[in-house]
Amino acid sequence: MKASTSRSTIKLEVTRYRPSVDSEPHDQSYEIPCTDDMVVLDALNYIKDRVDGTLSFRWSCHMGVCGSCGVMVNGQPKLSCAIFLRDYKREPIHIEPLTNFPIIRDLVTDITDFMTKLKAVKPWIIRKKEKPLSEGEYRQSAEELERYHQFSGCINCMLCYSACPVYGLHPGFLGPAAAALAYRYNLDSRDQGNDERQPAIASQEGIWECTFVGECTVVCPKDVDPAAALQRSKVATAQSLLGSFILPRASGKSATEGSS
Amino acid sequence: MDQIQHDIILVGGGAAGLRAAIAALEETPRLSVALVSKVYPMRSHTVSAEGGSAAVVRDYDSLELHARDTVKGSDFLADQDAVEAFVAEAPGEIVQIEHWGCPWSRDPDGRVSVRAFGGMSVKRTVYASDKTGFHMLHALFQTSLKYDQLTRDDEFFVTSLLGEDGACRGVVAWDIRGGRFICLVARTVILCTGGAGRIFPFTTNGAIKTGDGMALAYRAGVPLKDMEFVQYHPTGLPGTGILITEASRGEGGYLLNAKGDRFMSEYAPNKKELAARDVISRAIVDEMQAGRTFDGPYGNYVHLDLRHLGEAAINKKLPFVRELTRNYVGLDPVVDPIPVRPVVHYMMGGVHTDMSGSTPLSGLYAAGEVACVTINGANRLGSNSLTECLVFGARAGAAAARYAAEASQPRTESLLQLAAQEERRVREKFLERKGGKERIVDLREEMHRVMESGAGIYRNETDLKETCRVLRDLREKFDHLASIDKEQVFNTELTAVLELDFMIDVAETVAQSALRRHESRGSHARTDYKERDDSRHPNHFLVTHTPEGPRFDDLPVCITRFQPEKRSY
Amino acid sequence: MRATWWLRNPRYFLFMVREFSSVFVAAFLVLFLLQIRGLRAGAEVYQEYLERLHEPGWIAFHAVAFLFAMYHSLTWFDLTSKIQVVRLGRTVVNRRIVAGLNILAWLVVSGGIFLYWTRG
Ligand SMILES: Cc1cc2nc3c(=O)[nH]c(=O)nc-3n(C[C@H](O)[C@H](O)[C@H](O)COP(=O)(O)OP(=O)(O)OC[C@H]3O[C@@H](n4cnc5c(N)ncnc54)[C@H](O)[C@@H]3O)c2cc1C
Ligand code: SF4
Ligand code: FES
Repeated sequence: MKASTSRSTIKLEVTRYRPSVDSEPHDQSYEIPCTDDMVVLDALNYIKDRVDGTLSFRWSCHMGVCGSCGVMVNGQPKLSCAIFLRDYKREPIHIEPLTNFPIIRDLVTDITDFMTKLKAVKPWIIRKKEKPLSEGEYRQSAEELERYHQFSGCINCMLCYSACPVYGLHPGFLGPAAAALAYRYNLDSRDQGNDERQPAIASQEGIWECTFVGECTVVCPKDVDPAAALQRSKVATAQSLLGSFILPRASGKSATEGSS
Repeated sequence: MDQIQHDIILVGGGAAGLRAAIAALEETPRLSVALVSKVYPMRSHTVSAEGGSAAVVRDYDSLELHARDTVKGSDFLADQDAVEAFVAEAPGEIVQIEHWGCPWSRDPDGRVSVRAFGGMSVKRTVYASDKTGFHMLHALFQTSLKYDQLTRDDEFFVTSLLGEDGACRGVVAWDIRGGRFICLVARTVILCTGGAGRIFPFTTNGAIKTGDGMALAYRAGVPLKDMEFVQYHPTGLPGTGILITEASRGEGGYLLNAKGDRFMSEYAPNKKELAARDVISRAIVDEMQAGRTFDGPYGNYVHLDLRHLGEAAINKKLPFVRELTRNYVGLDPVVDPIPVRPVVHYMMGGVHTDMSGSTPLSGLYAAGEVACVTINGANRLGSNSLTECLVFGARAGAAAARYAAEASQPRTESLLQLAAQEERRVREKFLERKGGKERIVDLREEMHRVMESGAGIYRNETDLKETCRVLRDLREKFDHLASIDKEQVFNTELTAVLELDFMIDVAETVAQSALRRHESRGSHARTDYKERDDSRHPNHFLVTHTPEGPRFDDLPVCITRFQPEKRSY
Repeated sequence: MRATWWLRNPRYFLFMVREFSSVFVAAFLVLFLLQIRGLRAGAEVYQEYLERLHEPGWIAFHAVAFLFAMYHSLTWFDLTSKIQVVRLGRTVVNRRIVAGLNILAWLVVSGGIFLYWTRG
């Protein structure tokens, strides 16, 4: 078991913002009983159930896979269901809504922008010609699967957008998760939609905005490595641009991966 | 109140809802379809499914065998015509979602891989590592984005169905973010709202699985079916209830008691750890009662031992199991056995539908865990339900599209009035109420307590009666709830109250049905009626809401090929 | 976002240091170009220029520029190893090995140039 702090209570500072009464977000302190196996989300639920029912936040799965429960814990974006109180030695623990997003209320942020960007990169299999179902599945080798698999693990939790200073400064930026998902489809051996995705990816506000701070990859709870996806997309885009000068139509799947 | 009109309204954006949406649009592309969901679709609880999705995709397998396994798993309560349709359409659905980009794990020859699963006599469970539900959900969701005719109402909470002239014509929804009610009218409505595990204290189900759709249909007079059958999964992490997938046993994991014995060889000599879930969950409880389990802060537990599989296999096939165990209990399955105990997992029962997903209420369809077709009978086989979401989601979507093409325009005026009534009800009863003294959390915990004590793995008349009594009291206490948050925007206290309201209804149908079933079958084990009773059953119970309380009707099981026989593993 | 965002987290800070290191690399290059111009302007001017470079201020500048250039180069190899996927048959080579090999190659080439220059 991990190091224990054996505290019996814990102090939290939680951002509150109710649009009908508050002109701007402010902090509120709570002190609640705690045990070593409590995650931050458990603490929030304790507050909601027993101290202050008006505190609002999103959650569902409590197992780090639905992507709803991201908040800032002491200034770092985290999944509140996957981070333990015992790992924070200093009190109070500060809990704020994810940065870089508009606040709807308390810890709830507005992710509409991401939903629009996700759709813009066409995150679905695009075929020149569909294979009829009767002909069965597309064969895909373990290596072909492995090429994109990491990038398909994104749970849309938005921690990477919160960590990205470029997104903070230029909200138009496509951002890490959408870029990673676009790249995921470009790498998929079943997909032929590279060219259709290119306008969204290689546009002014697409991948070239990225300056490779790399923090998206550091905070990603699912090891998606969006920073790598972004950089490799840049290389692949540059290569296919070059390629189209020299050899029109030279963009295959291996060119997509961007190197090797 | 705003009113918006569509052809089809889908409530729920999990695997079933998304599959139904796409099927409806493929059937009739010009339809306007709205997907209404209380969370963003990719947050739906399908996301947490780990192990896999069953279908006959190998030559050594056959549809008949899949059907036989499913019927036997159901303890002969599944409707066999439905099972046959299900197994026949399952392989096509697996290919379809493969074409939509689902990253299925692959064999060296590039075909989708299969793994062993409980109650399946051969390897037939297709999987995407141990995040199958996650990958299926995201593949479906991302594919759904390409349909421009599909409108999404994300974070809209449906509070009631709208009907006129004996047909369902829309829903009333609370726009959680906007803090307002909306009247959504349509020619037809499909419920895909998932299960109700949250009526129990210890469950693998996420916060959103509160049985809303079951209660919505029940209140609209639609019968619920087989509600007494609640599946316990044998292997949940103590404390959190986080699921350790059955795939870990499919890949060769052992269950060990405190003496280090593989106790399943006593209870299921042939299939051992791969017996059906009801059998294993009961075996664990029997081991607890015999004093052969470990004691822990969250109750007794047994060990799930994966150590002999080796690090490479665990990393390749069960990475999520490793991640979850490390994160939540601080143990590494490569070197430590995992503590596990049975945990509420799945509702076999649900809204009564036929094979096309249509309910007795004209214009209302249901699919996925909320529905009861039933291919699951008294016990679902692991990995059948994701496939069920696909097969019956697609069927319901297509059937609803055909229905919508024929159905008349809804009468918007009168529906708007009904919606206004519903708004008044919710506002007066909850949002604007002046204080009683009951807290939401206390009522919820009381419900949890009696559901576990009376309607758990082993049941008997005395405890069930007590459970029913307490649930009735809870209804009364519910009218004395303390006042709640008055803020309109993102009021999660309001949604919590609405969910509790739904859950109490669903819990009541579970306990009442269990009280009436005088036999032991599948997941329903009565200590006072230990045997399966084929003389009076196999029958489904239909439970219908009436002002005088629930009404029960028998519905005979459809038997085509497989006569009830003794069930052993 | 506040202008001080890069002070919020040590990794942001290191990122800014890396961005900032380019200033020194650029300044060094400008100096180098001036040196070439000096060479073209004749031996005397060039000598004068070289002498000026012996002043402590300039030595300090070069020391700092050297450190920043090293930081920039090392992080550059580290970053490229995150982008470049190197496959050997079916396995992907660990990126640390790739970065290590790149740095090694860089040292060898630099060493070669240095030797050539000092001998010749
Ligand atoms: C941990 C876990 C692991 C599992 N593993 C497997 C497995 O390996 N194989 C397998 O076959 N099955 C598995 N299952 C079962 C299977 O995942 C579920 O039965 C299935 O995903 C249910 O899908 P669904 O579409 O019916 O519902 P869900 O995915 O639960 O979606 C319900 C939807 O309804 C919406 N909704 C609910 N109420 C309302 C309302 N009032 N207003 C608006 N919207 C509403 C929700 O927002 C959500 O979008 C597992 C289940 C769990 C819990
Ligand atoms: S890339 Fe990682 S951090 Fe970003 S949304 Fe996806 S899972 Fe979350
Ligand atoms: S609650 Fe689902 S990721 Fe945290």
